Amino acid sequence: MPDSKAAPPQKLEISLWRKLTNHLATAFAVSTVIIVLAPLVAIFAYLVIKGVGSLNLAFLTQTPKPPGEIGGGMANAIAGSVLILTIGSLLGVPLGIGAGIYLAEFGQNRFGNAVRFVSDVLNGVPSIVIGIVAYAIVVLRQKHFSALAGGTALAIMMIPTITRTTEEMLLLVPNTLREAAYGLGVPRWRTTLSIVLRTATSGVITGVMLAFARVAGETAPLLFTAFGNQFWNWRLDQPTAALPLQIFTYAISPYDDWHRQAWAGALVLIILIVSAVAAVRYVVRRGTLGGVA
Amino acid sequence: MANRALYRPQMTGPQPVLKDGVKRRESLLVRASDGVLADRLFSWIIFGCALIVLVILALIVWQLVGRSQLSWHAFGWKFFWGQDWDPVNDHYGALPFVYGTIVSSVLALVIAIPLSVGVGVFTTEMCPKWLRGPLSFTTELLAAIPSVIYGLWAIFVLVPILRSYVQPFLAKTLGWTGLFEGPPYGIGMLAAGIILAIMIIPIISSITREVLAVVPQHQREAALALGATRWEMIWLAVLRNARAGIVGGIILGLGRALGETMAVTMVIGNRPEIAKSLFAPGYTMASVLANEFSEAAGDLYLSALIEIGLALFLVTIIVNALARFLVWSVTRGQPVRARA
Repeated sequence: MPDSKAAPPQKLEISLWRKLTNHLATAFAVSTVIIVLAPLVAIFAYLVIKGVGSLNLAFLTQTPKPPGEIGGGMANAIAGSVLILTIGSLLGVPLGIGAGIYLAEFGQNRFGNAVRFVSDVLNGVPSIVIGIVAYAIVVLRQKHFSALAGGTALAIMMIPTITRTTEEMLLLVPNTLREAAYGLGVPRWRTTLSIVLRTATSGVITGVMLAFARVAGETAPLLFTAFGNQFWNWRLDQPTAALPLQIFTYAISPYDDWHRQAWAGALVLIILIVSAVAAVRYVVRRGTLGGVA
Repeated sequence: MANRALYRPQMTGPQPVLKDGVKRRESLLVRASDGVLADRLFSWIIFGCALIVLVILALIVWQLVGRSQLSWHAFGWKFFWGQDWDPVNDHYGALPFVYGTIVSSVLALVIAIPLSVGVGVFTTEMCPKWLRGPLSFTTELLAAIPSVIYGLWAIFVLVPILRSYVQPFLAKTLGWTGLFEGPPYGIGMLAAGIILAIMIIPIISSITREVLAVVPQHQREAALALGATRWEMIWLAVLRNARAGIVGGIILGLGRALGETMAVTMVIGNRPEIAKSLFAPGYTMASVLANEFSEAAGDLYLSALIEIGLALFLVTIIVNALARFLVWSVTRGQPVRARA
């Protein structure tokens, strides 16, 4: 302290350099946000502009034309995606939820920890590697590419995500509910399914939709499992078209009309994903499951 | 475990009296629920579901190791040092793919780290409260866009911009480093690095946000009380406390970048060569799988590709385990929601 006399309180001097760094850092942080948001805005803008301009009825109702010919659409690919995603969800969702229930209700042991760790590990496995495995265990056995193989690959990708979110959601259910059920003589399986799982329904479904949205746009694991198809196919053991695959093929093709259709396909894909997620959330909130959570 | 006695409540006292002609009928569920059998069955089914998770990992390892044996016995470690990838003569060396994977991922990290840490710092420390929610939602939206759509956008928007503006500029100003020379195709390592950066920024920034949020408030207050400016407070009290977690987030982003397939395949140029210039086309491990796997004729060819898959699998597992450990050490087991 320089003066102990009743000097007026000294104003804290912040050196110019420190002020400057402070402002520079703030400016840097703000500019990073702008730089990061720019591509997002650009991607959505292009998707909407190019996509809407390229969408037409033919795109939604016809199958692809031979290379180079103008016209045609991706109707079979949209249907194929729905088929593959249905198979994937039918396989993946029950298994994932089951594993999540195990972890939350029975999993406070070493086996449970192993399952937790492994599902985190599986979450990080590149999707193309999952594709190889589905190829090895389904395609090689069936001797040809199929919707079933594609669905299997997607199911393998869904299971770990669903497992972990289901566990998190079930752990949020207060123990008093379980105890109340036991106190009424309700057996454990009934308690888990009708009390715990029902209470957590909306959370669990959110987790399922997250996993669904993630695999719905996956292309890599379908390349050598579902393989793609230029025609309609409803058989599970035949090569099947899928929207992401078709977008990929068309995007890297040399034809302008296919590029146009790739944009339209991308827009349809995004709309399908968003509306599937929204529809399920709507049903959860108001429909048959209303008033659950 | 619930008390066993709870399963069969012994009612005492007067029993309900049934009218004549009415028979007590118990539904199947009620009867079954009385039994320990249903409970045991249920726990076995659930256990089976959990077991499936382990079985999947075992299947992946078993299939990848088993089916890559042929190539492993043919080339051994040299597989990863060999430079020529020659399906015609059945000779395989994976170095160009390993190189391409590493270079594109490192490039992505170099671009993504400052940007995503900046975004993380801005959202937790600087931005007004009302903006915080929409901002994190929007960055998270970036993570929800399918990879193939990133690729599509990159081909038709990013690559032309690179070709006509960015690459000539880089060549003129930084051409002397040797990293930016050669004809500006647009397509190539640089494009792959940039699109990967855009894809991993949401991961790194959301983890940064989470680890910054768990830095105790009194650390910030202490720094401010000592007269620190806001930036000094962030640097000394916040970033320093959270650095292990941020590094974890970065490594998680790296794991994603290493395994990313479609967007990279669409813009990297797919040529198995090692070039110093970032303008030159390259090839990554994931994209060679995407391009050649379904057309691989010949056992050795397929086996070599699967060996690349195995290497990719092992590397991403190690990287992810490391990242999760680091993030966990900061957030102390609080759930970190990262979709890597």
